Amino acid sequence: MNFLSLFVLIPILMLCGLILSGNMKQIRWICATGASLLLILATILSVMYLGERNAGNTAPMVFTASSVWYAPFNIHYSVGVDGVSVSMLLLSAIIVFTGIFVSWKIESMPKEYFMWFCLLSIGVFGFFISTDLFTMFMYYEIALIPMYLLIGIWGTGKKEYAAMKLTLMLMGGSALLLISILGIYFSSGASSMNILEIAQQQIPYSLQRWFFPLTFIGFGVLGALFPFHTWSPDGHASAPTAVSMLHAGVLMKLGGYGCFRVAIFLMPEAAQELSWIFLLLTGISVVYGAYSAIVQTDLKYINAYSSVSHCGLVLFAILMLNQTAMTGAVMQMLSHGLMTALFFALIGMIYGRTHTRDIREMGGLMKIMPFLAVCYVIAGLASLGLPGLSGFVAEMTIFVGSFQHADTFHRVMTIIACTSIVITAVYILRVVGKLLYGNIVNEHHRKLTDAVWYERFAVIVLIIAIAGIGLAPLWISDMIHNSIDSLWPF
Amino acid sequence: MGYSNFLFLKEELSLIAMIIILLVYDLFGSKKSLNYFHPVACILFLAHTLFNFFPTGSIEAFGGMYIDSPIGDVVKTILNVGTLLILMQTSNWINSENMLIRRGEFYIILFTSLLGMYFMISAGNFLLFFIGIETASIPMALLSAYDKYKHESAEAGAKYILTATFASGLSLYGISLIYGTVGTLYFADLPAGIDGSPLQLMAFGFFVVGLFFKISLVPFHQWTADVYQGAPTSVTAYFSVISKGAGAFVLMNILCKIFSNLVTEWQSVLYVIIIATITIANLFAIRQHNLKRFLAYSSISQAGYIMLGVISGSAMGMTSLVYYILVYMVSNLAAFGVIGIIEQRTGKLTVNDYNGLYTTNPRLSFVMMLALFSLAGIPPFAGFFSKFFIFAAAAQQGFYVLVFIALLNTIISLYYYLLIVKAMFINKNDNPIEPVKSDIYTRISLIVCSAGIITIGLISAIYENIEVFSFGV
Repeated sequence: MNFLSLFVLIPILMLCGLILSGNMKQIRWICATGASLLLILATILSVMYLGERNAGNTAPMVFTASSVWYAPFNIHYSVGVDGVSVSMLLLSAIIVFTGIFVSWKIESMPKEYFMWFCLLSIGVFGFFISTDLFTMFMYYEIALIPMYLLIGIWGTGKKEYAAMKLTLMLMGGSALLLISILGIYFSSGASSMNILEIAQQQIPYSLQRWFFPLTFIGFGVLGALFPFHTWSPDGHASAPTAVSMLHAGVLMKLGGYGCFRVAIFLMPEAAQELSWIFLLLTGISVVYGAYSAIVQTDLKYINAYSSVSHCGLVLFAILMLNQTAMTGAVMQMLSHGLMTALFFALIGMIYGRTHTRDIREMGGLMKIMPFLAVCYVIAGLASLGLPGLSGFVAEMTIFVGSFQHADTFHRVMTIIACTSIVITAVYILRVVGKLLYGNIVNEHHRKLTDAVWYERFAVIVLIIAIAGIGLAPLWISDMIHNSIDSLWPF
Repeated sequence: MGYSNFLFLKEELSLIAMIIILLVYDLFGSKKSLNYFHPVACILFLAHTLFNFFPTGSIEAFGGMYIDSPIGDVVKTILNVGTLLILMQTSNWINSENMLIRRGEFYIILFTSLLGMYFMISAGNFLLFFIGIETASIPMALLSAYDKYKHESAEAGAKYILTATFASGLSLYGISLIYGTVGTLYFADLPAGIDGSPLQLMAFGFFVVGLFFKISLVPFHQWTADVYQGAPTSVTAYFSVISKGAGAFVLMNILCKIFSNLVTEWQSVLYVIIIATITIANLFAIRQHNLKRFLAYSSISQAGYIMLGVISGSAMGMTSLVYYILVYMVSNLAAFGVIGIIEQRTGKLTVNDYNGLYTTNPRLSFVMMLALFSLAGIPPFAGFFSKFFIFAAAAQQGFYVLVFIALLNTIISLYYYLLIVKAMFINKNDNPIEPVKSDIYTRISLIVCSAGIITIGLISAIYENIEVFSFGV
């Protein structure tokens, strides 16, 4: 068995352990151990991957393994990673790890909560290691359904509405995916479900033009593609903290990754032909998401709309169809995953103390909880693309890549998307100014305490990751760039 | 023809032997020994299931009147397992105070109906086929009226017998017209004579409408909800799983074997029927509050999905269909098991009663959730695999638009399945259903069902073993 399968096996073992566990101490022990193992595994994987590449291995995917599962449909359980999936696995491991610590003190039904959380992780990790369309799709759906219960049971606000909307919209997207997977499979000669092998086949253009939009929209729903993004603000705002983190941080990346891996790489001709439609839509996502964030008063809604804008940028960059922008897209996935997780973690911690997320009812938190406030500023600066933090590297790469197109349409779209940086600065600075530096609005807030150890720990891990990418981006961007290069279909 | 031909009817004979043993036991057993009636029946049936578990070779007996195909044996085994699970779930109801007096008959009637289905599956002649249909459906009318002091149960029995006879009448009329045009009723000789003349098309229409009634496809589904609601819960489970599964397989068997010359005609008929069935049943299911009615509509829409296997008319379609029946059986029986035990202990049967069930009955809610997720087609549960395969079978034949419509419908179905999950896990309730203690039989059957839901999809050998025996047009 390939060691990549450990990424799925560990959460499964955690799940089994949780079923048998009795008290809170055991639950925490299981979760912390499992999540640390995953993080260590992801780190080892990155090191091994870089080693493999330095040793001169130029195969598109490394550490591949495959065994037959359903022979009549050529479904294999096949795994393998390239630079893109390695970085996504690293991201997922960090977010799962910090997510466990953020929900350290969860009160109602902790066992069930962590069980669903583990199921979600199984889906996420499985998706990133799979190279088989069927298993990819299966893991994709495994990751979606726990959200319903996680939001529905442990959420806040309009949780039932939000959970149902999120589940149905995402499942709607996966319905489109399923039909296009069948279409891709049968039209590519029906000899394999492995994406690397399908990429070698030529899918007729007459079919590509049907299945490319379906696939792109199917994954795009999860990547908050306008106009299918409406589940995202409600869902993120209602979800419990760790779930928002995981969902905005990792799950939305499944959408971007899928668009990149399946839609673009398997159907390049249609992608070239039809990308302008989706460029318009993602352009709207980017700007509209940012503008919507300006007028929100709920901290989570602000961040959720900001996610729509940033994830829109991911899809936007993917659709630019050149290597630089594509590298930027993956960097943006990483960067957005980390900083949005940090945001949601901080918002959760602030909400846990003030019991409100309305920025009009809070102020002067810098005096009351300096640690959380400073971290919030750092997250904000990463979000608006300050050099030295991850956001800058990613957005810079994206815009450089997009501007390589010489035609007017792409230039104009790039300029429009660029304006989102300015708008982002507006809503970030507005929140920072009002929430952290203003006067103390509510006198009861004076008695609140700052972060405790497990909260500090989670937050610091995330900040280190963000700063790490921002200060030393080359190793990871090279890793991504080389992988995109080796698979480049155009 | 020697009497040795009878030996080929292995499944049928062992079932008949079991019926006779139970009949004698019920008649002559002492009052004390009759206390063991249920376990004895279960064990006997388990023995029968195991004895006939593996498919035998292809056999023609009585001059082609009876054809035993391996895929038919597989379906019979699936039906056996399903009936066994239902039998175990009945234990609570059948052993209750006012049932004791007519307990023995229940098993005998149930098994007789199963015998009818065996003959439907193995028939090689329309005459035997029709006898099979009747043997299967008349006992089911008895069963649905089994709670005879309950108004709804009697109503269900009356409704079922009326519609079933009507449907059988239509089928019989179709069969007679087919005989009129071809001059034979043997399946082996029929295909050569089917040339698509207008009269044959009419005959074909009458014949399949009768079967559509049995499988309850829209627009022939009106009886379903009332009968499902009125009949005792175990009987409803039997209706929705065994009767429907057998009907669906038989339909595909006959369409592929006999009407293979009319393949474009029946594909276009089914095309419309599938869309109507899935969509209308799903829309109606949203509005149901009574869980039995709810599952009735859900099972109508599932029948629509099963028809996707039929429309493909390929070996892959037949495999997926049989596999779908298996998966649908364990999922639906898990749901009915939970509903049955809760109805039996508390009498509560509406969605609102289930609010907050998780706080008092975590295990039952969990099983129910597994069942609903599997029915909705969510991985890693078996329902996901069966749906994927049946969609793949239809897509392989180019029915992309149909698959697309079916997929959109899975979203609607997910919505209403989630409503129940929401009631159990999310909704608050001041006086939820008190903790229910289930008996050992129900518990075993629920464990088997849950294990099936979790493992059937992951073990590819099951699908591949069915595939070996399948055939298409």
